[in-house]
Amino acid sequence: MLERVSLPLFKGSDWDFALIQRIYDAVESIALGDLKLEVYPNQIEIISAEQMLDAYSSTGMPLFYKHWSFGKQFAANEMLYRKGLRGLAYELVINSAPCISYIMQENSATLQTLVIAHAAFGHNHFFRNNYAFRQWTDAEGILDYLEFAKSFIASCEERYGQQAVERLLDGAHALMHQGVHRHPRVRARDLKAEAAREVQRQAYRDQIYDDLWRTLPTGPKAPEVKADERRKALNLPQENILYFLEKTGPRLEPWQREILRIVRLIAQYFYPQRQTKVMNEGCATWCHYQIMTKLHERGFITDGSFLEFLQSHTNVVYQPSYDSPHFNGFNPYALGFGIMEDIVRISETPTDEDREWFPDFAGKGDGIGVLKDVWANYRDESFIAQFLSPRMIRHWRLFRVTDKQSESKLSVAAIHDERGYRRIRRALAREYDVGRQEPDIQIVDVDLAGDRALVLEHLVADGMLLDENDTKMVLQNLANLWGYEVRLSELNAADRKLLKTHIRQPQLQA
Amino acid sequence: MYIIDRRLNPAGKSLVNRQRFLRRAKAAVQQAVRDSLKDRSIKDLDREGQISIPRGGISEPTLRRASHGGDRERIFPGNRDYLEGDRIARPSGGSGSGSQAGSGDGEDQFNFVLSREEFLELFLDDLELPDLAKRKLTGEDSSTLRRAGYTTVGSPANLSVQRTMQKAMSRRLALRRPSSGELARIEEEIAQLEARDLLGNSDTKRLEELRKERERLLRRRALISYIDPVDLRYRRFETVPKPISQAVMFCLMDVSGSMTEHMKDLAKRFFALLHLFLTRCYQHVDVVFIHHTDRAAEVDEQTFFHSTVSGGTLVSSALEELLAVVAERYRPEDWNIYVAQASDGDNMRHDNLKTVSLLKDEILPITQYFAYIEVGPEEQPMTRTESDLWAAYEGLTAAHRHFAMRKVNHRREIYPVLRELFRKRGALDPLDA
Repeated sequence: MLERVSLPLFKGSDWDFALIQRIYDAVESIALGDLKLEVYPNQIEIISAEQMLDAYSSTGMPLFYKHWSFGKQFAANEMLYRKGLRGLAYELVINSAPCISYIMQENSATLQTLVIAHAAFGHNHFFRNNYAFRQWTDAEGILDYLEFAKSFIASCEERYGQQAVERLLDGAHALMHQGVHRHPRVRARDLKAEAAREVQRQAYRDQIYDDLWRTLPTGPKAPEVKADERRKALNLPQENILYFLEKTGPRLEPWQREILRIVRLIAQYFYPQRQTKVMNEGCATWCHYQIMTKLHERGFITDGSFLEFLQSHTNVVYQPSYDSPHFNGFNPYALGFGIMEDIVRISETPTDEDREWFPDFAGKGDGIGVLKDVWANYRDESFIAQFLSPRMIRHWRLFRVTDKQSESKLSVAAIHDERGYRRIRRALAREYDVGRQEPDIQIVDVDLAGDRALVLEHLVADGMLLDENDTKMVLQNLANLWGYEVRLSELNAADRKLLKTHIRQPQLQA
Repeated sequence: MYIIDRRLNPAGKSLVNRQRFLRRAKAAVQQAVRDSLKDRSIKDLDREGQISIPRGGISEPTLRRASHGGDRERIFPGNRDYLEGDRIARPSGGSGSGSQAGSGDGEDQFNFVLSREEFLELFLDDLELPDLAKRKLTGEDSSTLRRAGYTTVGSPANLSVQRTMQKAMSRRLALRRPSSGELARIEEEIAQLEARDLLGNSDTKRLEELRKERERLLRRRALISYIDPVDLRYRRFETVPKPISQAVMFCLMDVSGSMTEHMKDLAKRFFALLHLFLTRCYQHVDVVFIHHTDRAAEVDEQTFFHSTVSGGTLVSSALEELLAVVAERYRPEDWNIYVAQASDGDNMRHDNLKTVSLLKDEILPITQYFAYIEVGPEEQPMTRTESDLWAAYEGLTAAHRHFAMRKVNHRREIYPVLRELFRKRGALDPLDA
């Protein structure tokens, strides 16, 4: 029989601020005491449904610069919400220190408990400990940096006109996915210092501005440089197109470079989130499940409230099968939570199969310890590649379908059997490899002495070419930013055979 | 841990972004708004509504792979039947990799809801009242009073007691007018001393001092008045010209037997759009419904739109009724008068002359705008011959800029006609361009 140590924190669904505080304290004691989570200080903000819609539409950030695409997001979200096609998320959490979690006033007391457990402890622990976040994000600086970005872009709109800024942002957004450093070559950003430095730079430029410089004669023509050396000097090849533009774009004004930089740094900031969606949601879901269960065991929440929680939880981790009308790919909550539960099971009550597959930790106990190590050191791809067990593959009845261009039919290349486990695991891991899911595009050359054309290459994997229409539009944007012709060749990755070429000329801008 | 209540923070942070989005997609949204009007009932014309616009203009392209082609593989959950090596026919969607729903790939429409305000804004965006109406709008026939601070002169009725007392008090404080409390204290002391004096143990010196002091205070109080003319403050009013912001719209409809349901629907739609437009331009809009056969009557909305009467047609009867209502309730000096007349053009031949002269001599001089809509059957509009009424009216258009006539056979023509009538002068019409 369970040992009840406390009276329930609440009955019914109403809440007030004092109750939120008591709930928080109870959740905290389990999260820090039992689960030994390490978190940034928490800040919990209560908002209305409408404000939640607002927050949704600017990638969840409390302050963000203005752009029409966020308005488009808002319009779409609002309609789905109003028609009841989609409920609002109960929570929104920001990777910042202090870690800000938004909770909605419409939530019941049970949901508030769930949200605090999920966001303020689950996500918070993940943000604080996962290597990708530690390496790439600056939780202390992000809010200040966004504030700077917002006011900088607003001041550019004043100075150079909203249209010019909008055009620039359109172009930059289109290249956002090509605006991240995928490999930790440079040190993590100190965003606070970054903002301060830019203000200084701007002030200095204003101070030394003198129109006469424009009239100075240029020196004698620089001698011809060899192509190799030139590429080396420009740090080519370069996969970060935004970075290259910012540093090298011949026709960009300083303010334009700064805006490109803002978009790039924000893209970089969100890059770890894209790489760890399954793990991040899995971690938060696993934590809330543990915490809510322990709260119930110890009598902090009533049976009714626990049932309400279980219903929400079941919805969150529901995974429709491929032939269901609700199927829309894998549910990251379900996938992450499932594998993490499995890890704990393997470390505490393994089968022979588990011992064979996971000799490192099977049966060693301390499931939470294993999980904490996993949360800290993996991203989705490596997480699935390492920890998706045969048991989970059977449980989900996973199968692998291949679609070869040369064949008229799809074929089932592996199912959940002995022969299929490893192949399925590898293939699923690849689906979560952000680097692999995105086309491999690099700037390979630029002819600065000649026609200044920017030359890009797409190394085509498995014959998957770029989307014709989108590419045309993005390259047009790129050509406008670069100021000269842009050429993109699609080469077969295996033999470098040329498959397709896109060329765009810059359009004169009014 | 901190808990912060942000509920009172302004919501609608996305409003600016939303407006920018609408501005960006304006042409497409406007087109969609106009299209959606065709299918709306009259009651719903100005409701908020869902809009679909093509994705093209508002797409956000990225460098991404095409959704099909090449060699792909995917993992799916929920296998029940398949064994390794099974072959599956390609789904008909073309995409070899299963459902793309929700990713936005397959959808060529973008759906969202416009609020009522946004809807009207976009719908009536570049319409305005014709020039001649504006002159009337800013006319100075009428004016209104507006508070404009305080003044030292004025009529007693405008005396601001509060201001005056404030001024008086500050003056009294500044000049140190003895307060009545001060005086009362001294009086009391004197009274005490006088009482003791009667008993014999007198302090004459003190009494003398106090009496002098009382004298001084009384003199001072008399000198510094409680309220002085310089304290007086009056409320000041300014007259500002008041734009005439009321309009009346007359809906004249022929309901004789020859008007089919379709024709009435066309007429109703025109009235409704005109009404929508007027309500946005004026604070106050009256609508007068007059229907007529060979007799005319002012009726309520319900009767206007739904009654079935039959009989001959005398257009002049409706115009006479209009003039009667104007004479009774709507002084042309105070009201912007609009008339929308809808008819199938049938009229007794002998009546046309009278109609035209009524229009020319009495109605057109007092109206801001007179729009005549000749409704016709939806099918075979080409074979129609000119109606008598049309022919009779046609002579008026040259001399009267604010008289317009159009033929309408189909719902979709209503809106363009309205636009034509009220288009901003000088603005290029995107639909024509």
